[in-house]
Amino acid sequence: MTAEPAVSLRDIRKKFGHFEVLKGISFDAKEGDVISILGSSGSGKSTMLRCINMLEVPTSGTVSISGEAIATKARHGASLPASSRQVDRIRSEVAMVFQSFNLWSHMTILQNIIEAPIHVQKRAKAECIAEAEALLEKVGIVDKRGAYPSELSGGQQQRVAIARALAQKPKVLLFDEPTSALDPELVGEVLTVMRGLANEGRTMLVVTHEMGFAREVSDRILFLHKGQIEVDGRPGEIFTKGVNPHFDQFTSRVH
Amino acid sequence: MSLPFIWETFRTLLTGVPVTLELTIVSVIAGLFLALMLAVLRLSQFRLARWFVATYVFAFRGSPMLVQIFLIYYGLGQFRGALQELHLWYWFRDPYFCVLLALSLNTAAYGCEIIRGGLQSVPAQQVEAGRACGMSGLLLFRRITLPIAVRNVMPIYGNEIILMVKGTSLASTVTIMEITGIAAKLIAETYRAFEVFAAAGAIYLLINFVLMRLIALVERASSPHLRRSARPAEDIDAIATTH
Repeated sequence: MTAEPAVSLRDIRKKFGHFEVLKGISFDAKEGDVISILGSSGSGKSTMLRCINMLEVPTSGTVSISGEAIATKARHGASLPASSRQVDRIRSEVAMVFQSFNLWSHMTILQNIIEAPIHVQKRAKAECIAEAEALLEKVGIVDKRGAYPSELSGGQQQRVAIARALAQKPKVLLFDEPTSALDPELVGEVLTVMRGLANEGRTMLVVTHEMGFAREVSDRILFLHKGQIEVDGRPGEIFTKGVNPHFDQFTSRVH
Repeated sequence: MSLPFIWETFRTLLTGVPVTLELTIVSVIAGLFLALMLAVLRLSQFRLARWFVATYVFAFRGSPMLVQIFLIYYGLGQFRGALQELHLWYWFRDPYFCVLLALSLNTAAYGCEIIRGGLQSVPAQQVEAGRACGMSGLLLFRRITLPIAVRNVMPIYGNEIILMVKGTSLASTVTIMEITGIAAKLIAETYRAFEVFAAAGAIYLLINFVLMRLIALVERASSPHLRRSARPAEDIDAIATTH
């Protein structure tokens, strides 16, 4: 284990037009941390997650991955990554799982999984295919390697998306509401896979509405309210009433 | 009307098929490359390039192809001196080249709009998934955006190719002996317009029939993800009940 935090955010601010979505977010995630990020819609939790891999470029502040700060520059009043090569490299180490899976519709399941390892990370094809098959088994998708995403259920697609993210051998896994687009009966199968990953000691940041998952699986919970972290603590500590009025309100509405 | 005469004419007109096909194939391929470049420029951040492409497309879509052929072949003949100085006269005095140029430029304008629509219809989420795993620039375009766009536009582009087959008949107006050119010559010799044109029309029909089947085959082969839906029977039921 290195001393540097796996993910570090320092005073991240993000404006969309005149509206400030993130108002100075700072936190560190250690290697092996599983952090759930909670908050009502509009609290900025997804934007914060998307700032970590620069899908949204912060207006100000610094994101560091394993101690390496991602350089940004300002042009015409907008914030941009200073080096797209640096961002591409960091993105290949920080994998993301999306709410609506975002599998590539023109590729088979197997092709989806080996795409980034082969074309971004330039690894040998045979090795990537062997790994992909092991990953498919791990997420419980068998006999579907030649299928197309449209032939799979939502839960299966999301598990493939997780396998695709794992294929990058990422240092950090980002989950952006991974179960929100699923039918209720399909949520469990995805959460089971995520639980398994957490137990392996992977570094995970999970934006979610699944209170059960947040409570039982995560080491730490961040609660965002109007662009700021209002609660930051272990699940055991924060679910007692009176920690924060906004958080109490939020939990009473979700339960 | 005599059947043996139609048959005889049919066989004579067949000698024009290679020219028709060559005009189609060369202009469709040249036009496709040009269209792809134009579409990328059209969607680029360079305002001048966007403006140039928009004007180009407007001019070539808004005016008849016949006029475009005449402008290039007859119209540019007026500037023979200048073209000779540029060593281009060798090309522009050749009607075959002029027709190919007009056909290619014309189909490029239509193709540009088709490809632009195809590129814009690529789901942003799939492009974002590409970015999120470290793709950008040409790699992202080549591996994700373009393949999805190509599959989206294939049926519409097939239509454009069929229009081009028919468009080649305009080459006959500048002395090219493709199917229609030979037909016009036969009519001048025999005055039997009905039989000759019926035979010519039948040949175009045959070419386009084969072409449509080919396009459908390519479509099926390249888009298995659209062909094999998870619940095909239900989808069809759903369509049936909503119509």
